[in-house]
Amino acid sequence: MGTGGISVFAERKNQILVAGTAGETIQCDRPSLAGAVSQRACVFCGARVVLYPIADALHLVHGPIGCAAYTWDIRGALSSGPELHRQSFSTDMREREVIFGGEKKLEQSLLELIEKYQPKGAFVYSTCVAGVIGDDIDGICRKVEKVVGIPVIAVQSEGFKGNKRAGYSAACKALDRLVGTGDTTGISPLSINILGDFNLAGEIWLIRSYYEKMGLQVVANVTGDGRIDDIRRSHGAALNVVQCSGATMELARYMKEQHNVPFLRVSYFGIEDMAESLYSVARHFQDVDWKVMERARQIVSQELKDLVPEMKALKKRLQGKTAAVYVGGAFKAFSLIKAFRHLGMRVTLVGSQTGTEEDYREIQQVCDPGTVIVDDANPLELGAFLKDNDVDILVGGVKERPIAYKLGLGFCDHNHERKLALEGFLGMRNFAREVAATVESPVWKFVPRRIGRTTAGTALSTERKEP
Amino acid sequence: MVPSESTKPRQNWVSTANPCHQCRPLGAMVAFQGIEGCVPFLHGSQGCATYMRRYLISHFREPVDIASSSVSEKEAVWGGGPALRTGLRNVSEKYGATLVGVATTCLTETTGEDLGMLLHEWRKEIAENPLTVREPKIVTTPCPSYDGTHMDGFHAAVRSLTEQCAQTTAPHGKVAVFPGFVSPADLRHLREIFAAFELNPTLVPDYADRLDGPALAEAGSITEGGTTAEELASLPGSTAAIQMGKTLTDSLSGAAYLESQWQVPRRILGLPIGLRETDALFALLEELSGRETPRAWQAERGRLIDGFVDAHKYLSGRTAVVFGDEDLAIGLVAFLTEIGLKTTLVVSGGKSGKLAQGVERVTQSFLENPPRILSDADFRDMEDCLESQTADLFIGHSKGYKLTRRRDVPLVRVGFPLHDRFGGQRILHLGWRGALSLLDTIVNAVLEKRQDDSPVGYSYL
Repeated sequence: MGTGGISVFAERKNQILVAGTAGETIQCDRPSLAGAVSQRACVFCGARVVLYPIADALHLVHGPIGCAAYTWDIRGALSSGPELHRQSFSTDMREREVIFGGEKKLEQSLLELIEKYQPKGAFVYSTCVAGVIGDDIDGICRKVEKVVGIPVIAVQSEGFKGNKRAGYSAACKALDRLVGTGDTTGISPLSINILGDFNLAGEIWLIRSYYEKMGLQVVANVTGDGRIDDIRRSHGAALNVVQCSGATMELARYMKEQHNVPFLRVSYFGIEDMAESLYSVARHFQDVDWKVMERARQIVSQELKDLVPEMKALKKRLQGKTAAVYVGGAFKAFSLIKAFRHLGMRVTLVGSQTGTEEDYREIQQVCDPGTVIVDDANPLELGAFLKDNDVDILVGGVKERPIAYKLGLGFCDHNHERKLALEGFLGMRNFAREVAATVESPVWKFVPRRIGRTTAGTALSTERKEP
Repeated sequence: MVPSESTKPRQNWVSTANPCHQCRPLGAMVAFQGIEGCVPFLHGSQGCATYMRRYLISHFREPVDIASSSVSEKEAVWGGGPALRTGLRNVSEKYGATLVGVATTCLTETTGEDLGMLLHEWRKEIAENPLTVREPKIVTTPCPSYDGTHMDGFHAAVRSLTEQCAQTTAPHGKVAVFPGFVSPADLRHLREIFAAFELNPTLVPDYADRLDGPALAEAGSITEGGTTAEELASLPGSTAAIQMGKTLTDSLSGAAYLESQWQVPRRILGLPIGLRETDALFALLEELSGRETPRAWQAERGRLIDGFVDAHKYLSGRTAVVFGDEDLAIGLVAFLTEIGLKTTLVVSGGKSGKLAQGVERVTQSFLENPPRILSDADFRDMEDCLESQTADLFIGHSKGYKLTRRRDVPLVRVGFPLHDRFGGQRILHLGWRGALSLLDTIVNAVLEKRQDDSPVGYSYL
């Protein structure tokens, strides 16, 4: 079966497959192919994404200026209080530190920054160069911690030591150092931590409000609108509710092993997944308080009452349109496939930067036969696919946007930089409106892809007066 | 009196907070985009390429492909040669690159990768296992991210392109132009200005088309446009080499190379921003072409001065803070000085050591008190410095927004990066036309602020 003309690199042949083809397994979690312009980032990026939203922590990047410059306030992770995370701090390593070592500069930087900004904790991110020259970041952090009396934690995030997933793991290890160090008195038996939500466009506030309406106490947000002290006592919660494919799963596992906190995996994208998230959490607590489930049902029915009519109206307009989905984590892909079904749209390509074999198996099951599935795609492959397949919208991040726009098709930003809430029932409505806003725009009537020419040819009629 | 240039203001911070510049390889990636058929390539970890693509895409709103050797732990220890070779093969065979601009990064500089040797191995490999396509030209430029800024990377890549592509060429009457890191709109305007004197410029680099291109029917692997290989090769036959920008050192100047190595006369201009710096450009073009400035262009200059007069009272006595790349900052200060806006502070992440001198050159005999200059500085330094003073207007890139938002002062956005406004790639800074358009923007920013703050809400201003 063809792969929609997408296959470009022989080495990557096994990282692309077609749903409905029996017995095929995708290859994934492989290093990116050199020279293929991967859409992926690095270990540092993964760690930075996960820890970044902790708003009362100092985030210090130990390396040359680039890593800090490119991650300064780029994500839409909001805070209800302190906003220290939105500043960019770096040791700004120079040649001298590369030659003689950066430990002294790191120590001085930490001391001056902690004194000035009074954070509740500090994360020090290792970068490629810090790793190569062998700075003992952990040693410096422990030394400074003793002086300043707040947790100072080294994040082993040297860029070259793997891909973004390795960065998630580094972040989870750093978080694990915090968990279990706080006082858990006063935590209700009906309590949860929200893991794997980064409060983009205020999403965690929405999700938190659902849980609170269900009568649950939220101990810690990990990490959207996160606070150091909440995370330190998060082991006192009765349940970890984990969203996202990989980012915080490892922490949930640590917390299960070390503190016996069970976890549930959920997704807040799309109607079914959102409702099922609330129900599964309610089920967990039904022996403690049966009313939790009743309240969950009330929330869902109330929200759907508002949402369903609008979805129906939008579906009428969008029926039969097609979409391509290329996102960071695979869990978003599952929810998006379902979300597009609600709009009467078909997904013809699904891909992710960091999906696992298990993720892709699941994707294969939920996709329509014929859907192309791709791991770690690049602009050439995406461009080739979009050329051969008439797609109305691409869902992706900032790096995918110009591919869609250049070729004249709609786009929805589903990345960490977005400023639009896409989670929850409200998020589903926003998403549907966003899809309509781009797909139904008149601008596609003029793009060369649709009219088959690049020269002028869409002039309104010119009146000619005969003499 | 030359204003004193200080690298550290009141507080002696060790760390950097909220940087005013980017790292060296980023600039090289922009410069390589300006060459026809070129795929910019980073020899380093995958993250660098991805971060820089994202950073550039958010400004230019165009596809920006940057290949990477995706150096992993194994290659960091045992050498990145195999990764580099696989990468070069892929960009040649799959992307159809005719030129690959390879920059190192902090990682590969620190592990001590020797690009010369790596390329030698690459040639050996393709001799044994030939490419399915024509071998692309490879231009290399060292980019230790811990040394210098994105501007050094930009100029270094331009210099490397010139050095590594130039060939003995008979004089051909074209003029080599090294415009520096300006907008695609600026590059297009320069082409137009040179054409008005019937001069044929070779812009190095010229990313006007690749970083601000038309809608396409299908995705080509490399977008069209850019300085061609032939143009690069024939640079030594140019009648003159014009260097725009006075803060770069000769070792990073393509024009300096053409002068010292090929005896092409070099002419150095400031970035032609505002009246006087643009006059210098037109005077030079009159000299090089032996023609007078055409009437239509003289009229453009006349309209600019007319605009100066119309605007002067809105701006008189007002103060401004300018920040960003050094040559751009000098050009802006020159212009602001002409229209009666007093610059009180100039901040740059650059550290050429020539910023104060440049500001002095363009403000002398105009300003009683020279502006304070901070180089190798970040936004926290700027904030520290501003504690006791403020200004009516800030002029610079997007990253200053937070500071101006807190102070409730208008920010006129120019240069790079513009991540919070539309059309950054189309802002025209250069020439009389660019000055007039900046003038409109600046006066309107002042008027808008006045109108918003006014309890009356006049609709005539």
